[in-house]
Amino acid sequence: MTSYCSGKDRIIFATKEDHETPSSAELVADDPDDPYEEQGLILPNGDINWNCPCLGGMASGPCGEQFKSAFSCFHYSSEEIKGSDCVDQFRAMQECMQKYPDLYPQEDENDGKSSKDLEAASMEASAAKEEEESS
Amino acid sequence: MVFLCCFSNKLCSLGMLLQRWNVLPDLQLSRQVASTGVPGQKGSNSVFVLIMGLSTLGAGAYAYKAIQESKERYASRLARISGQSQDHESSASGAGAAPQGTAALGTHPKVPSHVPFLLIGGGTAAFAAARSIRARDPGARVLIVSEDPALPYMRPPLSKELWFSDDPNVTETLRFKQWNGKERSIYFQPPSFYVPVEDLPSVENGGVAVLPGKKVVHMDVRGNTVKLSDGTQISYDKCLIATGGSPRNLPAIERAGKDVQKRLTLFRKIEDFRRLEKISREVKSITIIGGGFLGSELACALGRRARTQGLEVIQLFPENGNMGKVLPEYLSNWTTEKVRREGVNVLPNAVVKSVSVCGNRLVIKLKDGRKVETDHIVAAVGLEPNVELAKSAGLEVDSDFGGFRVNAELQARSNIWVAGDAACFYDIKLGRRRVEHHDHAVVSGRLAGENMTGAAKPYWHQSMFWSDLGPNVGYEAIGLVDSSLPTVGVFAKATAKDTPKSATEQSGTGIRSESETEAEASEVQISQSSSPMPQVPKQGEDYGKGVIFYLRDKVVVGIVLWNIFNRMPIARKIIKDGEEHEDLNEVAKLFNIHED
Repeated sequence: MTSYCSGKDRIIFATKEDHETPSSAELVADDPDDPYEEQGLILPNGDINWNCPCLGGMASGPCGEQFKSAFSCFHYSSEEIKGSDCVDQFRAMQECMQKYPDLYPQEDENDGKSSKDLEAASMEASAAKEEEESS
Repeated sequence: MVFLCCFSNKLCSLGMLLQRWNVLPDLQLSRQVASTGVPGQKGSNSVFVLIMGLSTLGAGAYAYKAIQESKERYASRLARISGQSQDHESSASGAGAAPQGTAALGTHPKVPSHVPFLLIGGGTAAFAAARSIRARDPGARVLIVSEDPALPYMRPPLSKELWFSDDPNVTETLRFKQWNGKERSIYFQPPSFYVPVEDLPSVENGGVAVLPGKKVVHMDVRGNTVKLSDGTQISYDKCLIATGGSPRNLPAIERAGKDVQKRLTLFRKIEDFRRLEKISREVKSITIIGGGFLGSELACALGRRARTQGLEVIQLFPENGNMGKVLPEYLSNWTTEKVRREGVNVLPNAVVKSVSVCGNRLVIKLKDGRKVETDHIVAAVGLEPNVELAKSAGLEVDSDFGGFRVNAELQARSNIWVAGDAACFYDIKLGRRRVEHHDHAVVSGRLAGENMTGAAKPYWHQSMFWSDLGPNVGYEAIGLVDSSLPTVGVFAKATAKDTPKSATEQSGTGIRSESETEAEASEVQISQSSSPMPQVPKQGEDYGKGVIFYLRDKVVVGIVLWNIFNRMPIARKIIKDGEEHEDLNEVAKLFNIHED
């Protein structure tokens, strides 16, 4: 490791080996209930965070209400096949979306790929904690 | 990012076969950057995309599909731009995109006399606020009044991706390629997303309407009303001021008269992009004045034409190097070398004294006596926040930073919030600031929207920004990134077995190792005036990639991630902690600067 000073600016060149030892820097433990921190889709209390950027425009677009209704139903569904009691809500959402084909385009490509992804995704919102966004 | 799914695979597949919609949550496709709040989870940013497959027969099968977020750097960065918007990539053909922006022009909609949510300004901050309001307040009715004739769009591609498009009609389509190879429009949403202005009060579930090409000229805070330039009055319950800013000009150019002004571009809007793109194909020489983000990005973008079409591209600015107000001097100088390699004739330490027309050309006289001949000037010398409403509204304008002064919740008065470029806000961690970046427009617009619907949250989530200057320089930054602050830069040093070249190949950062020595040699020559480098770097020492910490009172207040990507959550965490660190090299280890 070499280090230079250029006025107020310090420059360090570190090799991979230099950085192989664990960092001794201490970070402050995160407060899981930080009231101000941006949350994922599912809030710590189990509620849905409709302002989660992960939803893209779903909750705020023209079919936002229908989406919220359908998704809430699904999220809180306790049926054996989760969401099977939400057919009406999903149908309403579908009907709304059909009115906006350029906002909710049907996707015809890569069918094979999708089903694979689906399997990979068959967990609810464990991912919800992570996040998103911005920029 | 998130999304969920569930359902047995069989049901899912069934649903998918029947019908699907694919919604890509833009934000996240993003350069993950910006926001992720969960440090340490770097590997797990999968993006789950919601796809609802709903049986038309009423079978009730629906599904969510997840996609993995590619971690490719360009990937994230391209998409990040999309800000809060939703991706509707498969929509709108290129041809359809052009009319988008001006869809509502030429009509004279009946403007409602009252709207619950009035957003003044139609840029990224306003759009992000509209999203946030609509997500939190079911059925919210939001009116955006925008001076711009276009529907809300994102600006970064105007100085970035659009210049590198292969589509000859890019100035019409305004579409650019994202990380996943798919295209999208710079418009956040197509026209069908918006509700016609006259329908806003009556439409069933509310919505967002845009009144383009209109300016709010007067604000009555006590009466909660505004007046437009055409005399229309609109009352509101909650109002957001997101008026952005106007490009500054140089006094020397303002004095120069009409013949010079005709050959001047102040770059900000779609029309400016279209015009400059056309000019760049017609003239022989373009000079960019300004060494900041916009000037340097445009210089690199035009530099490509310098190499392919013989256009002469000159960039001049008063600082010692590109991004001189942001990057420490040694890195600024290094960057300047890279920009030169992009085909740009960079003239640092250049202060414009006067501009005149001589024959068929422009002559820029510099304070030190040098003269630059050129055909067209782009002045990228900063932004003046649009605060005209301060007077009638009685709002405070910050005397140091400019912009409307607001508190930590972005609030100016009881029913008035400010976001984006025009907001001078109080950052609890870093103090009073005003930030002119896309991501800040997204973050602050979103926060304002939350607070307009009762969240009472302070500015807490730090925004970021990013820039690319040719293939060798790409960086992301967060916090106070000001070259006047002391810095500590920790760079990856290549070892014998880990040559700069192989490091480059592995990291994909595109460091050109073979030419590196040349660059260093020339750098040493040029830097005689400032000599920021204490000595000639040794073998393997180069500013190829690393992390730069900016310090104030020994605390890290800003971080630049230099040619390393997907580390923003860690950087954000360090800023948020606000702790004093004894050894920043130890902190640098957290960034794995040697990894991809």
